[in-house]
Amino acid sequence: MARFALSDTPFDVASLRAGLLDARVGAYASFEGWVRDHNDGRAVDGLRYEAYAALAEREGEAILAEAMARFPLLDARCVHRTGELALGELAVWVGATSAHRDAAFAACRFIIDEVKGRVPIWKHERYRDGAADWLHPG
Amino acid sequence: MSVRVTVLYFASLRDVAGLASESFDTAAPDLRVLYLELRARHGFALPVERLRVAVDGAFARWEDAPRAGSEIAFIPPVSGG
Repeated sequence: MARFALSDTPFDVASLRAGLLDARVGAYASFEGWVRDHNDGRAVDGLRYEAYAALAEREGEAILAEAMARFPLLDARCVHRTGELALGELAVWVGATSAHRDAAFAACRFIIDEVKGRVPIWKHERYRDGAADWLHPG
Repeated sequence: MSVRVTVLYFASLRDVAGLASESFDTAAPDLRVLYLELRARHGFALPVERLRVAVDGAFARWEDAPRAGSEIAFIPPVSGG
């Protein structure tokens, strides 16, 4: 089952959230990552995400499966944007449901941390001073 | 003995190489040596220690030998989220 997806266009969080809710759900937690106007002291104008899609989807699915095994979840999903993003656009969404809040909160945190650390997606930032660069942290 | 492989470049590696992929014959004994050869050819700044390697859409080991017809990707440090 596909729990992780890349999207090259803006996506609707309300329908993703609705897709996770049912009568068993006592807790829904989500994380949304947004494009902000600064990074590391530099003014940011926008960015582009590039992914190695085949590997990103495989690794993203592995992370969601790990979250399902690690926490008492009902379900979990993650969608990550690719392509050009403007300031104020949604970059990544994570949603997790459980009977109780602890697992939903913890799973959201786990999923976004693992996605940031493992999934082959790269951010190319454009700065207000005209420069642009790939972010390769570490 | 050499094998024909396709190498995919992403992010800064693609910008530095000036291409998204290339196919060629290699006699490199393993993927680490293959990257070192390509680093010298293209002038990549990233050392092998900062990369991961994938073959045919799955993470692989640096000591794996290049397989004929495989698609190899060198994965720079990721920055999603």
